[in-house]
Order: sequence, then structure tokens, then C-alpha cells
Amino acid sequence: MMVLFAFLVSTVFAVLMRDDVRSQVRTGAWMFAAFVATGFVLGWLMYPLPL
Amino acid sequence: MRYDRFDMSTKSTAAEGTRASVEPGTLAILCVLAWAVPGAAHLWLGRTQKGLVFLVALTAMFAIGLMLHGQIFPFELSDPLVALAAVADFGLGGPWLAARAMGAGAGQVTASTWEYGNTFLIVAGLLNSLVILDAFDIAMGRK
Repeated sequence: MMVLFAFLVSTVFAVLMRDDVRSQVRTGAWMFAAFVATGFVLGWLMYPLPL
Repeated sequence: MRYDRFDMSTKSTAAEGTRASVEPGTLAILCVLAWAVPGAAHLWLGRTQKGLVFLVALTAMFAIGLMLHGQIFPFELSDPLVALAAVADFGLGGPWLAARAMGAGAGQVTASTWEYGNTFLIVAGLLNSLVILDAFDIAMGRK
């Protein structure tokens, strides 16, 4: 679910921010990777916290 | 050809202090169109690729949010966070109206995906607000 969310949001942001397809793809890919990586890092950081 | 419907100079920039000669009524229609159908204003302005991406991605986000039992929040001023979520949901006009008309978006608080659904719905509305501002800037000749 997180990956799907990251994909859709990064796609919209990339298309909003860039005008040519090549930069849109590059920006979108970077943003998607950053979303997913941040999700995993925050998930592991919160792992010891009690619910 | 882009901007055919708007008598404006595509070479002017905001930094030069020039403004596009767009009728205020046309701008209002453009913004309402962008609110009602995600990406429609971009399609009208000739930005076909952008318009199609917004149409597919934002509509999909809204539909996924509903499928995950997300809730379309009411304008409950007594609860500021609910009111803010309602404003965010409202950003995606057409699907919001359609869902309200069909009785969808009631949400199921007990569902494990309720929060995920809310996130999809809220972010879809907020992203469409950015899309409306982008269409406005394009129409004004700033982009």
C-alpha cells in the first residue's frame, strides 16, 4: 500500500514540477525511491516504540 | 497549439511584470473545471500529457481511498482536524460530489485500512489543489 501511495504521489509531483518527459521520469524515480526508503527507515526507527 | 483560447503572449514571464490577457470569467471557469475533473484544465490548455497523468493518478487515488473504506469527512467545525480533512477532501471536486451523491465515503472506522483510505482521499484532494494552481499559472502565462 505504501509503495502504491509513493508511486502515485511521486508521479503527480514529478509531472507538476517538470515539463519534459525525461526529467519527469528522473524526478519521479528519485522521489519514489526517497518515499519508500524514508518509509522503511521510519518504520525501523519506530520499531522499539510501544503501541 | 497551446493557449489558442487565450489571447496571451507565451513568451512573457512574471519576472518581466507582464500579465496574460485572460478574461477573469475564463479563468474562473478554468479553475472550476480543474476542480471538478482532475487534469481537465491542463487538457484544455493543450498540456495533454500532464492532464492525462493527473486524471488517471488522482482519480485512481480517490477510488483506492474509497475501496480502502476511507471516509469523506464532514465540515465539522467543532472538530478542527475533521474540518481540515474535509477541506482537503473537497479539493477533488467531481469525484467528491459523485461519491457524496452515491452515498459512498461513509468510511468504516473498524476496518484496518480506514486510516490508509483516509490518507489516499486527503492527499488526492490536496494534490488536486496544487494541480488547480498549476493550471492557473499556465493560463496566466507564468509557466
